[in-house]
Amino acid sequence: MEPNSEVSSNPSRRSRPEERETPVKNGKSGSKGNQPAKQSEFVAIEGQNSFNLNRDQLLDLLYNLKRIRGFEDSLKKLHIQGRVRGGVYSGKGQEAISVGTCFGLRNDDIVSPIHRDIGVFLLKGMPMRRLMCQIMGRKSGPSKGRDSWSHTGDMQYNILASSSMLGSSVPILCGATLATQMQGRDSVGVTYFGEGSTARGDFHEGINMAAVSRLPVIFVCENNQWAYSTPLTREMGDTNIAKRASAYGMTGVVVDGNDVLAVYEITRAAIERARSAAGPTFIECRTYRMDGHSEADPAKYRPSEDLQRWIKRDPIGRYREWLQGHCKLTDDEERRMQERIDAEVVDARKFAETQPYPDAADALEGVFMP
Amino acid sequence: MSEKTYLEAIREAMRDEMVRDETVFILGEDVGKLGGAFKVTDTLYDQFGDRRVRDTPIAESAIVGYAIGAALMGMRPIAEMQFMDFISCGFDQIVNQAATMCYRYGGDVGVPIVVRGPSGATKSGTGLFHSQSPEAWFTHAPGLKVICPSTSYDAKGLMISAIRDNNPVIFFEHKSLYRSFKQEIPDEEYTVPIGVADIKREGSDITVVTYGWMVHFCLQAAQELEDEDGLSLEVIDLRTLSPLDQQTIFTSVRKTNRVLLVQEDKFTGGIMSDVSAQITENLFEYLDAPILRVTAPDTPVPYAAPMEEFYIPSKDQIKEKARKVASY
Repeated sequence: MEPNSEVSSNPSRRSRPEERETPVKNGKSGSKGNQPAKQSEFVAIEGQNSFNLNRDQLLDLLYNLKRIRGFEDSLKKLHIQGRVRGGVYSGKGQEAISVGTCFGLRNDDIVSPIHRDIGVFLLKGMPMRRLMCQIMGRKSGPSKGRDSWSHTGDMQYNILASSSMLGSSVPILCGATLATQMQGRDSVGVTYFGEGSTARGDFHEGINMAAVSRLPVIFVCENNQWAYSTPLTREMGDTNIAKRASAYGMTGVVVDGNDVLAVYEITRAAIERARSAAGPTFIECRTYRMDGHSEADPAKYRPSEDLQRWIKRDPIGRYREWLQGHCKLTDDEERRMQERIDAEVVDARKFAETQPYPDAADALEGVFMP
Repeated sequence: MSEKTYLEAIREAMRDEMVRDETVFILGEDVGKLGGAFKVTDTLYDQFGDRRVRDTPIAESAIVGYAIGAALMGMRPIAEMQFMDFISCGFDQIVNQAATMCYRYGGDVGVPIVVRGPSGATKSGTGLFHSQSPEAWFTHAPGLKVICPSTSYDAKGLMISAIRDNNPVIFFEHKSLYRSFKQEIPDEEYTVPIGVADIKREGSDITVVTYGWMVHFCLQAAQELEDEDGLSLEVIDLRTLSPLDQQTIFTSVRKTNRVLLVQEDKFTGGIMSDVSAQITENLFEYLDAPILRVTAPDTPVPYAAPMEEFYIPSKDQIKEKARKVASY
């Protein structure tokens, strides 16, 4: 099945994609013993709005996808202009994962996003102004200039700080969820990690302990095919990552990570399972990192036809088409949506630029909690 | 008051805090029904159940990571390392995650965890991976507090302080001290402040700075040197390695003008390298002799009896170096 051919409104075509394995078509497969490596083709579950979101909510999904894209686009410009320090790690093409997973969460649910999940911060309620202050190293950001944006945490929105040691936030999120379980609350935890992180020990240790304790955690694997310059087949022997879930004794599903409705529906089901004490779920979101590892990386190591293929699967374009077909989304509605986003992004930047930097000597403060 | 071993004092501190504060819980390998490899958590499972005394898989990184996450949500976890040698398996979670978390949250969010466990050599062949003294590694990570008590009194009071502290505390219990003596300590709760050293023996000729098991070696050496040479050693027990109590050390050095530093840890990169540097930088004009150190050699902890005996700093080495310091 061609990756761009699966948009369908026929419910009978909904199937569990992990059952449809076909060999990798571009022939770049590794090998494990005598077994040729296989990789599921990108078959969408094709979200069908089975949770009956109303039209406003369905349009809100598009708004959030575009809001993330708009915010990140502005960050890239600010980085080129030297107004944002450090690196910019784009999540372009992965926005449907942030939106789809967060859309069904409550305020008291806990998340641990990573560097490509800027959408998770926005969806969990962190104001764009506050996020921009963090990114621009201002005193009014949550870390008060002490850390860059890709490790932002903000406990008032139940966002746990991640780090550059990708995978290390898996056990931390699980521990936070364990705490809420011990406190008799029904919060759910969602931890985000790339497929690259699944090679790390912390991923294994964290998920194994969560399975033992039946924690209400949702493991969201953003399989974007690349760990910096290393392709999926060089990252693991069996590229069907969700299969590992059964080895841990938990439910594992694969979803088209570029299909916001499908991600929402899969996550919504996992949230309900977690909230009803039915244990953790592993969700592998198949997606593609449309930009380089960072803005400094032109990603010349990737076959250009891959990118062209995935551009056709852009989560925003696909969902826009779906809305046009199913909800009669008008150009005027979309234009107003974009204007609102552009205004918010400009406002956030302008606000942050009026905020003071921390004093140099503030660097010595905040190492310890009183 | 009642007589307690060092181990019983630590357990009593944890038990009292768990009774007092519902957010305190223990997690680690075999801490439940077994009560831990050294029985430090013995009977706590019976009293508090498997919800608050949690056996975990063998996963030091996750044990620390879970503790961090739980602490961020308002709990006060105590994470046991079955042996402190294994703490290196949780190193990233401690130095990159726990230590930096408060700073990353702009100084507004604490990580009140205690990572505790048995460390140090034993003179019984515990070998390379059950004998290490890895405390100095953690003094190099701003955001951590590092504690190494030497007596039952200090162990209980410091453990209570550690549990109540809003920051990650790495608590090194010396396994050779667990059952080697009993000391009268108060039955009721009390705290010993973190970051404050204790003068275990007053003296006027040489300042000896040490901690942990070596405190007892130094006290013996001090007694013998007084009896044999009429030398008066002041023995300072650091109790806390980080933050370091510079004031107590400096006050003593200004009085004695001679310094001997004793650690069970290896020669290179131990805490005493820093103590030496800080004294030299600040009190050079007070010194009548070079600062000398007694340490283990820069090798792993060997197994065979003669080698292990050779490895562990001895009372005789302390006496010899003290005499050398006195000779200038």
